[in-house]
Amino acid sequence: MKNIGFTIFVILLLVGCENNNSFKNSLDKAQISESDIEYFQNLVGDTVLFTVDQSGLRPDAISILNAQVNWLKEKKFLPITIEGHADEQGTREYNLALGARRATAVREFLLAKGIEQDRISIVTYGKERPLRVCSNEECWSKNRRAVTVVGKKIVE
Amino acid sequence: MVRNSILKFLKIFSFTSILFINFSFVAAQKNDAPQLDMTVNRGVIKPISLAVPSFIKESGANSIISRELAKVISNNLDSTGLFKSIPQSAYVSMPLSFNTPVQFSDWSIINADVLVMGSVGLKPDGRLEVKFRLWDVSQQKEIGKGKQYFTNSESWRRISHKISDTIYTRVTGEGAYFDSRVVFVSETGPKDNRTKRLAIMDQDGANFRLLKHPPSLVIAPRFSPTTNKIIFTGYETGKPRVYLMDLSSEEITSLSELKGMSFAPRFSADGSEIVLSMTENGNTDIFINTLSTGVKRRLTTNNAIDTAPSFSPDGKSIVFESDRGGGQQLYIISTQGGDAKRISFGKGRYATPVWSPRGDLIAFTKIKEGKFHIGVMRVDGTKERLLTTSFLDEGPAWAPNGRVLMFFRETPGKAGAPSIYSIDISGRNLRKIKTSSFASDPNWSPILN
Repeated sequence: MKNIGFTIFVILLLVGCENNNSFKNSLDKAQISESDIEYFQNLVGDTVLFTVDQSGLRPDAISILNAQVNWLKEKKFLPITIEGHADEQGTREYNLALGARRATAVREFLLAKGIEQDRISIVTYGKERPLRVCSNEECWSKNRRAVTVVGKKIVE
Repeated sequence: MVRNSILKFLKIFSFTSILFINFSFVAAQKNDAPQLDMTVNRGVIKPISLAVPSFIKESGANSIISRELAKVISNNLDSTGLFKSIPQSAYVSMPLSFNTPVQFSDWSIINADVLVMGSVGLKPDGRLEVKFRLWDVSQQKEIGKGKQYFTNSESWRRISHKISDTIYTRVTGEGAYFDSRVVFVSETGPKDNRTKRLAIMDQDGANFRLLKHPPSLVIAPRFSPTTNKIIFTGYETGKPRVYLMDLSSEEITSLSELKGMSFAPRFSADGSEIVLSMTENGNTDIFINTLSTGVKRRLTTNNAIDTAPSFSPDGKSIVFESDRGGGQQLYIISTQGGDAKRISFGKGRYATPVWSPRGDLIAFTKIKEGKFHIGVMRVDGTKERLLTTSFLDEGPAWAPNGRVLMFFRETPGKAGAPSIYSIDISGRNLRKIKTSSFASDPNWSPILN
């Protein structure tokens, strides 16, 4: 929970910024420790996006996941929960199953790259937790996502 | 006496046939129509004109109840679209006593087809005594026999629903559905931070009540056939899991035998089993779980998403959705397993199939060209009819008589939110159900005991 002040600063900077990636590169990385979860969330990237009704990993997702793997390998003690989400264009049950597929696709990737199985749990939220609220592709493309949440593990 | 009953039967029958003719006319029109026509309401059916005077106040009853009994009956029957109540201000007389002969001319002059006469009295033990009779005004004959009910005074609404059911059944020949409840999800807060709570209300929106449960996300409650339990999906552990709630104690039981992620549960018609979908290694399949033993058996093994299962009323089959053929389509499989048979073949995606309690139809959500529809088809997949269209219509639920559906409609955009609607399976009479919050995932109980 250190660097909360800085985190808020980063979040404020990111608010309203359409393209986080371009912004991230310009951040002064010296001010945030690479070992912080905030670093993982904002600078490694905790979120990968999916194509409509698909759970296959796109090239942009794979490059983010590779960076995630590198970071996660340095933090062996941290558990991980992968949340799968869908946009609002499907029915509730189907979207739960689709979110599970997406979370599983990320899980499989992390496992294949050597992240320990017992660190990872997955959960689907279907269309229950939209990040963006407009009803067009601009928001839907951001809502079709899998988020790697570090420091959280679901106990069965 | 016997002859009298036959006369009554004939009277009811003639009413029924009038309605049937009208229904089939609407159906034929819809089938021939190339596009979904949402304006079927325009005067195709002439509703039966109904007079429901305030119930006659007998010993000790209060006038609010005598008025409200009649009002709830009018609202129920008007809500079907098959009846239209004449406003009480148009009445030329009010009945003064339950037993005096009906002045039919007073009711024919205001064009009433059917007259409902009732009385309410308070017994010394505190119970209400409610009586009613149903009259065919033009034939000047009673329809069926009078009925009498006793109840505690808090339950007067249920008497109104029971009387509404009797009137509806006698006049239309269709099964009852007013004395029933709806469980649903009450939603509050902004779209990206919704709070969802399980809630219950009477079929007409009255007696709304939130149910007690942990604050985590809840999804899609479904009634047990005995109406005293619900089954739902909750996130209390952090993952979607299936829970049972006893409605009288609001005690919640986790179905611990279902590991991993489980959702979309529904009861079998006898309440002994539930069918649901479970996700293992990212793949979602259908399982049946016997409640008494906790034994679960797998029904599908397929790489596809198999979900949203629903039992047939005879307990022999399950209808569910699967994307095994590429897109979401509807399939039927025996509860004993075996091959699933695809029943939907139209363009678009078919989801959330629900078997009618009458066994004859399957209601579903259809997504086509960016629009959502509620539709019905026969069990063999033929005679598909789309009843609604909007940005997002989803999750049909059958009324106990298999003639009416509820579903939820979500509006688009930042302020988008769901509300519950009902529609007749003829495609007529789309109505928004009034709720005090946003509302989704309706499920209709069987007729209460």
